[in-house]
Amino acid sequence: MLAQLFTSFIATAGFGILFHAPRRSLLQCGFVGMLGWLVYYSTTDSMGPVSASLLATILIGIVSQGFARLYKMPVIIFSVAGMIPLVPGGMAYNAMRQFVQQHYPQALELALSTLMIAGAIAVGLVLSEVLNQIFHNIRFRPQR
Amino acid sequence: MNNHSYPTPEIIEVCLLAGKLMMQNGAETYRVEDTMSRIASAYGISQSHSYVTPTGIFFAINDSEPAKLIRIVERTTDLHKVTEVNSISRKISTGDLSPRAAVKELAEIERGPLRYSNRVQLMAAALASGCFMIMFGGVWRDFPAAVLCGGIGFAAVQYFHRLVKVKFFSEFSASFLIGLLAALLTIVGWGQMMDKIIIGSVMPLVPGLLITNAIRDLMSGHLVSGLSKGADACLTSFGIGAGVAVIISYM
Repeated sequence: MLAQLFTSFIATAGFGILFHAPRRSLLQCGFVGMLGWLVYYSTTDSMGPVSASLLATILIGIVSQGFARLYKMPVIIFSVAGMIPLVPGGMAYNAMRQFVQQHYPQALELALSTLMIAGAIAVGLVLSEVLNQIFHNIRFRPQR
Repeated sequence: MNNHSYPTPEIIEVCLLAGKLMMQNGAETYRVEDTMSRIASAYGISQSHSYVTPTGIFFAINDSEPAKLIRIVERTTDLHKVTEVNSISRKISTGDLSPRAAVKELAEIERGPLRYSNRVQLMAAALASGCFMIMFGGVWRDFPAAVLCGGIGFAAVQYFHRLVKVKFFSEFSASFLIGLLAALLTIVGWGQMMDKIIIGSVMPLVPGLLITNAIRDLMSGHLVSGLSKGADACLTSFGIGAGVAVIISYM
């Protein structure tokens, strides 16, 4: 578990460098990534990868928006590095492997699960944004 | 707020340059449009229309000036530049920057070097590959192999991209190289789980930003840019997949 936390932090911060995120945001990038991976890793066995990805991305989105407000930087800096570990790379690879070996039923199954996870990540990102908007609209309405 | 105290062509120039810079460096479409209209309104133009796609931006204000178009040829990911343009647009909003000064600063950002040198990026990619391998259930014994494959793969994609300007080809050959190297290392005995090594090593090539952006654009109603970014992401994934697939099919 400790190894997972450590590697996910390094991997996401490394991705921050690949995306040329500003230097002072790298630690936060790593933190967001670590948090997302922690949630995904600890829930994927009980909830299945799709719900786990959804939960993790919602959390990543909310934390990224908080960081964006706090540090006055675009949200995308934090959210994109954070969601990279959740991208179903391994499953996509396995799907492709089955396709190449002409095991079409298994390949299709894996490909569809990959799509489902990608969809969950998408929905999670948007959902967190919607939650954020609702939260701020409710909080700021009395002042207007 | 000073109403129309600056000539409109100058304002249009600032908006287009800012939009182009953001789009080139990986910002979301809605952010680009938002920034452009914010800059325009900060300079006293309340009505502006923009149509932003990944390959070009149209921008028009009121009816006195003709709409202008700017073409975007190459797109990379440089979130630092996006952040800098963002902070310039903030400065404009508070009224601290004239259009001429803004154009100058934006041009400086455009010419500015990449934030991290190639060597730092290469190290980051290699290290990240190793870490991803562990995260996806690999063993620590394979760490050096994944670092090596990831680093070489990332260097290859950059080198090939400079060599031929076809993105698909550079991604295909880089992932082919990764697959080949991982297979060789496994045969020699330096690596145990070829699958995990390959998955970890291709992660730096995966179009994560494009995928997020595409979805984000689609959901906020920018259908054209969403679809084209999605197509771009699919093509990249297909290139990576095909490169690895060639190796797997011979294993």
